[in-house]
Amino acid sequence: MIQGIFQYEFLQNAFLTGIMIGFLAPLLGVFIVVRRLSLIADALSHVTLAGIAASLLMEKYFSAMTGINPLYLGMVFSVGGSLFIEKLRSVYSHYQELAIPIILSGGIGLGVIFISLANGFNTDLFSYLFGSVSAVSRTDLMVILAISIIVVAAVLLLYKELFLLSFDEEYAKASGIAAKSIHFVFIIMVALVIAASMRVVGILLVSSLMTLPVAASIRIAKGFKQTIFFSILFGEISVLGGLFAAYHLDLAPGGTIVILSIFILLMVIFYKKINVKIYKAGGV
Amino acid sequence: MESIIEIKNVYYQYEKDYVLENISLSIPKGAFLAIVGPNGSGKSTLLKLILGLLKVQTGKIYLFGQEQGKFKDWQKIGYVSQKANSFNTGFPATVFEVVASGLTKKMGIFKVFKKEHSAQVVEAVEAVGMRDFIHRNIGELSGGQQQRVFIARALVSEPELLILDEPTVGVDVENVNNFYQMLAHLNKNKGITLLMVTHDIGTVSDKVSHVACLNKHLHFHGDTNQFEQMRMEEMSKVYGHDVHLLTHHHEHGGARQ
Repeated sequence: MIQGIFQYEFLQNAFLTGIMIGFLAPLLGVFIVVRRLSLIADALSHVTLAGIAASLLMEKYFSAMTGINPLYLGMVFSVGGSLFIEKLRSVYSHYQELAIPIILSGGIGLGVIFISLANGFNTDLFSYLFGSVSAVSRTDLMVILAISIIVVAAVLLLYKELFLLSFDEEYAKASGIAAKSIHFVFIIMVALVIAASMRVVGILLVSSLMTLPVAASIRIAKGFKQTIFFSILFGEISVLGGLFAAYHLDLAPGGTIVILSIFILLMVIFYKKINVKIYKAGGV
Repeated sequence: MESIIEIKNVYYQYEKDYVLENISLSIPKGAFLAIVGPNGSGKSTLLKLILGLLKVQTGKIYLFGQEQGKFKDWQKIGYVSQKANSFNTGFPATVFEVVASGLTKKMGIFKVFKKEHSAQVVEAVEAVGMRDFIHRNIGELSGGQQQRVFIARALVSEPELLILDEPTVGVDVENVNNFYQMLAHLNKNKGITLLMVTHDIGTVSDKVSHVACLNKHLHFHGDTNQFEQMRMEEMSKVYGHDVHLLTHHHEHGGARQ
């Protein structure tokens, strides 16, 4: 694969996208998981699917749409869906998790309608469902690079506000922080990263990249910064290791990445168990 | 004397019923005021009004001489909420990180943490006696230790006024006295004005400088000497009849075996 990267553009694209997504998804995932919003990624990825289906449908009927990356409309839908979730969360302030199944089923419903209007599944759509890293184009790569720069800059600049909002929302509000606007910026970043990650692991598996590395990291990290560090480390190992294994063993990259991150998670849980046992034995 | 908080004829209703009626209160600089009252007496509502978490409906509240609503200097006020001990205990953050988050507003948006901020955080952690735990995850600490961390978080921005909503909920009995001593120390040595809502009427009366009793109306407001005299009659008004008050006049720490 290493030689291939220098030879083939599609491998370069896949590899570079993988590095960026392996970084971005766990980075935002940490904030999502600690706020107990793990499923938000699932809801938004299904909305993204509706956007992509809409784009493919329009492509079929309007020749002006051909050549426009379906990812763009997917992103528009994803951002729109994230705003809806926020609205619903304030409407159902005591049942905040309700927003997620509402948006998730709404996204799927809309997606299915668009697909049926286009007279069924085509291979293009299938590649969005399960990811197809080899289909990442140069423009996809550039879009994802732009998203990466924006997201990393925003997280660096708003780090302390995001931390405080995640840890203690009431205190954040009481200390006069612009909680609403910051949360708004955050949810838009999540929507963009989800749309971007879809190319690598596919809609059905996007949320795994945001949650599995974090789930492993939380078991062993001391403090929040370390949680972010380990999440990104596990994310990168999963994505790059997954791409590598998929290339050599001829497996589906999306699935391989997810299974690898579950494997890491199990290893971490096992490591922690052994460690606790050793610690206890030493203590006696 | 300059008053830090001035409350004038404040009423508040959630739906039909008034939770607060005609509350007037003035808290002088350097005071250690305890507001006591039974559950549902409107204590938390009053704090939320002061903090701007609820909007004032009738009456006026002045913070540092400025009307609530126009007040912007929130870093002058530190707040330790009742909920502080029901946070997500699995949250992966160290004591240092939690206390550092208290600087968020003071530093301002887009500003990045620097060395001098670290020194401030360490100082605040030391002030509450938690130096040895600074790199531990917050979830590994006991309720009383967590509450000290939250006070350090409030202290780190060097507030002039510290507002505490039932800070000893979740603190084990043995440590409650220590905890109040630490507060009294902050009040005397750092000159921080303290406003605290609490249930511990007995324990608190020999540590604070002023006591007010709240049950929809503010029944009493004065310094602790006056409070001792009027305590019996006032208490039965606030809590209803047949209240047995426990008095704690033992020397600190000496009474327990």
